[in-house]
Amino acid sequence: MADTTYINIKATKQNNYDAIVVGSGISGGWAAKELTEKGLKVLMIERGPKHDHIKDYKTASLHPWETEYKGLTTQQQREDNPVVHRGWAATEPVMNAWVNEKDCPYTEIKPFTWWRSYRMGGRSVIWGRQSYRWSEMDFEANAKDGIAVDWPIRYNDIAPWYDHVEKFIGVSGTKQGLAQLPDGQFQPGMDLNVVEKDVAQKIKNHFKGQRHLFIGRIANLTSDLPGRGKCQYRNRCWEGCPYGGYFSTQSSTLPAALATGNLHIITGAIAKQILYDKDSKKATGVEILDTEDNMTYEFKSKIVFVCASALNSTWLLMNSATDIWPEGLGSSSGELGHNVMDHHYNLGASGKIEGFEEFYTYGRRPNGFYIPRFVNLNGDKRDYLRGFGYQGSASREGWQRDVAELGIGSDLKNALSTPGGWKIGSTGFGEILPHHDNRILLDKRLYDKDGLVTSDPAIGKQKTDKWGLPVLSMDAELRENELKMRKDIVKEMKEMLEVAGAKDVSVWDSGHNMGHGIHEMGTARMGRDSKTSVLNGWNQVWDAPNVFVTDGACMTSSACQNPSLTYMALTARAANYAVSELKKQNL
Amino acid sequence: MDRRTIIKQISIMTGAAFIGGEIFIQSGCKSDTSKLQPVSFFSKEQVSLLDEIGETILPQTDTPGAKSTQIGSFIDKIVKDCYSSEQQNILLSGIEEIKSGFENKYSISFFKGEASQREEFLNEVNTNMIQKNKNKKKDDPVHYFLMLKQLTILGYFTSETGASQALNYIAVPGKYDGSYPYKKGDKAWATQ
Repeated sequence: MADTTYINIKATKQNNYDAIVVGSGISGGWAAKELTEKGLKVLMIERGPKHDHIKDYKTASLHPWETEYKGLTTQQQREDNPVVHRGWAATEPVMNAWVNEKDCPYTEIKPFTWWRSYRMGGRSVIWGRQSYRWSEMDFEANAKDGIAVDWPIRYNDIAPWYDHVEKFIGVSGTKQGLAQLPDGQFQPGMDLNVVEKDVAQKIKNHFKGQRHLFIGRIANLTSDLPGRGKCQYRNRCWEGCPYGGYFSTQSSTLPAALATGNLHIITGAIAKQILYDKDSKKATGVEILDTEDNMTYEFKSKIVFVCASALNSTWLLMNSATDIWPEGLGSSSGELGHNVMDHHYNLGASGKIEGFEEFYTYGRRPNGFYIPRFVNLNGDKRDYLRGFGYQGSASREGWQRDVAELGIGSDLKNALSTPGGWKIGSTGFGEILPHHDNRILLDKRLYDKDGLVTSDPAIGKQKTDKWGLPVLSMDAELRENELKMRKDIVKEMKEMLEVAGAKDVSVWDSGHNMGHGIHEMGTARMGRDSKTSVLNGWNQVWDAPNVFVTDGACMTSSACQNPSLTYMALTARAANYAVSELKKQNL
Repeated sequence: MDRRTIIKQISIMTGAAFIGGEIFIQSGCKSDTSKLQPVSFFSKEQVSLLDEIGETILPQTDTPGAKSTQIGSFIDKIVKDCYSSEQQNILLSGIEEIKSGFENKYSISFFKGEASQREEFLNEVNTNMIQKNKNKKKDDPVHYFLMLKQLTILGYFTSETGASQALNYIAVPGKYDGSYPYKKGDKAWATQ
């Protein structure tokens, strides 16, 4: 991409834009694309470094023997990045993707696992790519159940934007005709393997067509798109795809935005606060902090799109217009920072499948099967609200299988040089209800030199990040509804595997810290009333209508589907609305 | 790699998930000592011993064995950089135990022993390990021989020799076939 795209903060002459987009991830990329394509001059602000498409995917084409630690991480990395090492995502090739935890701390009143990727493209480069629509029942759920507040939109409001997004990013999948998981604009779906097909049929038969197992809907291409090649079944998406085979900012929205000639980007710049003018009751731009020298600069714009990831978008609001609202821009409702959600997982079941020894798989499918929600639907009624879906796969075991019980020598070598038997495993993703007391806040406590909280200002000071900025504190947990649901998630999966003929079925529930699902949502929810929500039905901050928050922060409930596709659709919808309002001079 | 794959691997490694899979953060002085770490963790002789142990675990058959992939140096690197000091100590005393145990039994050094003696001896060690693992409580330390087995397997099957000769490696499959025909004895894929 042209060097002039990236502007040097100190040298830039231009500090006036039509729009500023904070963040370059899934939502920020979409905001930039839509706004620039509609003719707006846009500045995108990214706090991390550049990460160029293909060129910077340094490990993506290495052979296994060319990697230093064969996928393992070092003790030093564990020490430096303890949060990432709580889960499965700390592996050698992606360690550079994760935030520097020392520079960017947060505190946990209750355990909260926060996965952050601070570089160009954000988590769009390393996301799981599962792409599911929400349904009418998801948008109606809060109102029907009397939970939190009603969504200000319904499925019909977002459906055309799902169409728009799916066609552009390329989602492969199969149509199923299910009310709880609407079909979309799909490229041909990937294949289930021979065992998964058999399991799908057995589940369908046993549950009389009320439960469904089909191939995951995923933002990996099965047909080429302009400038992007289809998936090559390497299953290394997280390292960045040299073929552009999956959707990321870099592969998809960024090239489109750049093609307009209307996009400037600053990297290494933290959006420190949204500049707010109390007379016009509107934002006037964004103050940024240069991460290299701590200098601050102001950029002006007519509108601001806040797409910094759910919790960081709220952090930015909390740090803005504090002279008017001490708790920040958007806090007048008392809901800013509240109602944080996630999808709870870390539980499921697995088992062995006998037979099928004359079959194997060719290619490494970066996708698995999906079992959509079936509880609290179509007359089914549980002792908790809402539901869950499952993701999993079947495969023959490889040389990584458990060797504790095997011998040594040529027998071991020969055994591991051939595939083992088939296994199938599946993990649940459950809805978390919005709860006012599940919240994030700026940590204003004082810490002494040993890191202990103190009330004595003589020996304590507030915790800050590397740049002296305040940090978030997390205070959220699973509650009764989720805990009841978890028992059911494990029980139902076990039953389905047994129905499918799996042997030695074992279940696991490793517990779930909030955030661990990497689907953090809420904290600046949309709603119908400025007294109970932070954003209106077009993602505008009630207290500053030219500020749009369109990432996970805006979510009013969490459903159980992977949420990124919905962020994209909401972002595209809000961006097009913003442009039309600008044209009408309403902003 | 994605969530589903990782979940698969975790389930596979249950009970033995020590290779880089364990969170073991020691309090205190880590960052200071890391600067003093030697270039290699094991002595030259120990690395040679690891080569021989590795070759006994995964010997030459119709494809080259672990020694041909410099398995000793691989284990050295992983243990130096990826293992906790507790794990390092377990392994260090473990290979000394192999060395002295072998000498006591056969009155000859492991280096000079016959391949059949080495295999017999390490088979006993392996059997003992399996027995101990049966009574293992959750927080008991991992047995050194499980570490050696896993390190040898990881190093060998991710080496160019292991991946492309003992196994079948295709960098860019280009397609997916979920009912690909398989005949008994066909090699497994090197990567998942």
